[in-house]
Amino acid sequence: MTLSVGCTARPGKSRENRTGAWRTFKPNFKHDKCTKCGICALICPESAVHENQDGFYDADYNYCKGCGLCAEECPAEDIEMTREEK
Amino acid sequence: MKELRIHGRGGQGSVTAAELIATAAFESGMYAQAFPAFGVERRGAPVQAFVRFSKDKIRLRSQVYEPDYIIVQDSTLIGDVNVFSGMKEWGIAIINTERRIESEVPEGVRLMTLDATRIALDVLGVPITNTALLGAFAAATDVIHLEALERALRHRFSGEMAEKNVKAANLAYNEVRGGTV
Amino acid sequence: MTQIMEGSHAVAEAVRLSKPGVISAYPITPQTHIVERLAEMVADGLLEADYITVESEFSALSACLGASATGVRVYSATTSQGLALMFEVCFNAAGMRLPLVMTIANRALSAPLSIWNDHQDSISLRDSGWLQLYAQDCQEAHDLHYIAYRVAEDHSVLLPAMVCFDGFVLTHTYEPVDIPGQEEVDAFLPAFSPYQRLDARDPISFGMYATPDYYMEFRYEMERAMQRAKGVLKECGKEFGERFGRDYSDLVESYRLEDADTALVAMGSLCGTVKDAIDEMRGEGKKVGLLNLRVFRPFPFEDVKKALSGVSRVAILDKNVSIGSKGAVGLEMRDTLYGTGIEILDCIAGLGGRDIRKRDVRRIVGLAEAGGGDIFYGLREEVL
Repeated sequence: MTLSVGCTARPGKSRENRTGAWRTFKPNFKHDKCTKCGICALICPESAVHENQDGFYDADYNYCKGCGLCAEECPAEDIEMTREEK
Repeated sequence: MKELRIHGRGGQGSVTAAELIATAAFESGMYAQAFPAFGVERRGAPVQAFVRFSKDKIRLRSQVYEPDYIIVQDSTLIGDVNVFSGMKEWGIAIINTERRIESEVPEGVRLMTLDATRIALDVLGVPITNTALLGAFAAATDVIHLEALERALRHRFSGEMAEKNVKAANLAYNEVRGGTV
Repeated sequence: MTQIMEGSHAVAEAVRLSKPGVISAYPITPQTHIVERLAEMVADGLLEADYITVESEFSALSACLGASATGVRVYSATTSQGLALMFEVCFNAAGMRLPLVMTIANRALSAPLSIWNDHQDSISLRDSGWLQLYAQDCQEAHDLHYIAYRVAEDHSVLLPAMVCFDGFVLTHTYEPVDIPGQEEVDAFLPAFSPYQRLDARDPISFGMYATPDYYMEFRYEMERAMQRAKGVLKECGKEFGERFGRDYSDLVESYRLEDADTALVAMGSLCGTVKDAIDEMRGEGKKVGLLNLRVFRPFPFEDVKKALSGVSRVAILDKNVSIGSKGAVGLEMRDTLYGTGIEILDCIAGLGGRDIRKRDVRRIVGLAEAGGGDIFYGLREEVL
């Protein structure tokens, strides 16, 4: 590593910081009662919830910190939080 | 002088744990010093806190590099940071895990484990594991006694919260298992 | 009574027992815990003061300045960028001869952004006309506030005072601190007796303009007051020792200097680590000692010279740097020791929170013995 002049940084640095290990609880997207409303993706503070090919939503566990906001907000109650094994 | 290093994640109460141990040691007649590894922590990010105990006044202010004891609040930290760095020969490592992790622990470390997350969830309802781990620390070392820890907890918290934390510490005191690796 | 508490809370306790009538501050890391605790004390009725909330540090110190001019004891606290924002008001407060007391939770200055400890913030205001005291532990951080008020408010001084203590290293450290009772503090620090004050029935203006015919004389009077502060600091420090058992009658603290060949010079919390390193080196037969500069303004030239009269060399741990020159302590030491033949090594060290360990102190003693030139100590060559 060499120092930048003026301590500058370019975009994309936070991608290197995989925050998935921070979880105590993990959201399981059951795709059972899901209406594909997409609120989970909108509410995720880490933008770690993405639409898949079938139009359902899944979390990217490399970055999901397990905050549980998606499960809390899901109108169909189709996301379940389970304890992460550590 | 003995030194303790606590590894945790932001929100698990590592700094509070350090302060509580220092309080318990101070109230047992020792000189104690507790301080965090100062950072711009967010909830979940790796953090450290330190405690020194001594019969005499403590003047040293550098961080703890060669601990007699470590407490690891989250075993996933073992992959992220070298929690065993600089540990003294036959130092005691108290680790919160539900798995068997002997293979991840270097030789010459006395490993003690417990599922502090389950205790915290059962008793406190939130995964804040610090007070349970303090109970384990009291069981694993002769630095602080459980009674001194209970007094420190009742000093820090009040009412139901104090009693719940005392209960978590007691459960952990009785559950922690381990020995020489 | 001795209790275990955070350094910031030990300072808040000292402020409460000093009974300021007005507090104004703006929260900034790592000063925050001090002012949060004071706000709680005011809200809970434990401290009868007006806590003026403001939108910036500039306003905080301006509020304190105005309040002090009305004849009330005032308090503020800040650090780093906050102190930088107060720059103008700091010079005004000193020039108006208002005895404000302010805690500096020492922190590095941006950029790059750093919340960690060094002395660059307060050192950058060394020319402002404020007294500067540096605490080496939480007890001293507590005690020095009483002394700061006594000396600042003394009618032979009438200059504001900064009590500097290291951000995080002391502000966030839990350790035992002896907190005296209110009656004991009252006996040492009576109610504020202003030399002059704003009074609608007898109007005056503070800080009027001075033409070239007078400006220098006003500045010279400040210098004379600063020199008188040395004697007042010693008297108050002695009286404090008699009352509370902790003596501050010396402007500098000498540690194992009696027969030392090499003297380390440091300020603030670093002194504890240096003392432990000295004890280790003494055990190995090395004649080393420490000069702790407890008072940086007024600079104690005579006391430093006397304390170091027997040493061959001095190694300075400067937690600041004047970019383009040297460290502030190093420059003062070269002035003080000019002509004595004592060798001087100035190490810029511990900037932006870089930890200084006992082994670093030993290495610096080795560098001084080898007779090298001034350096930035412990640079990571691999990133340069």
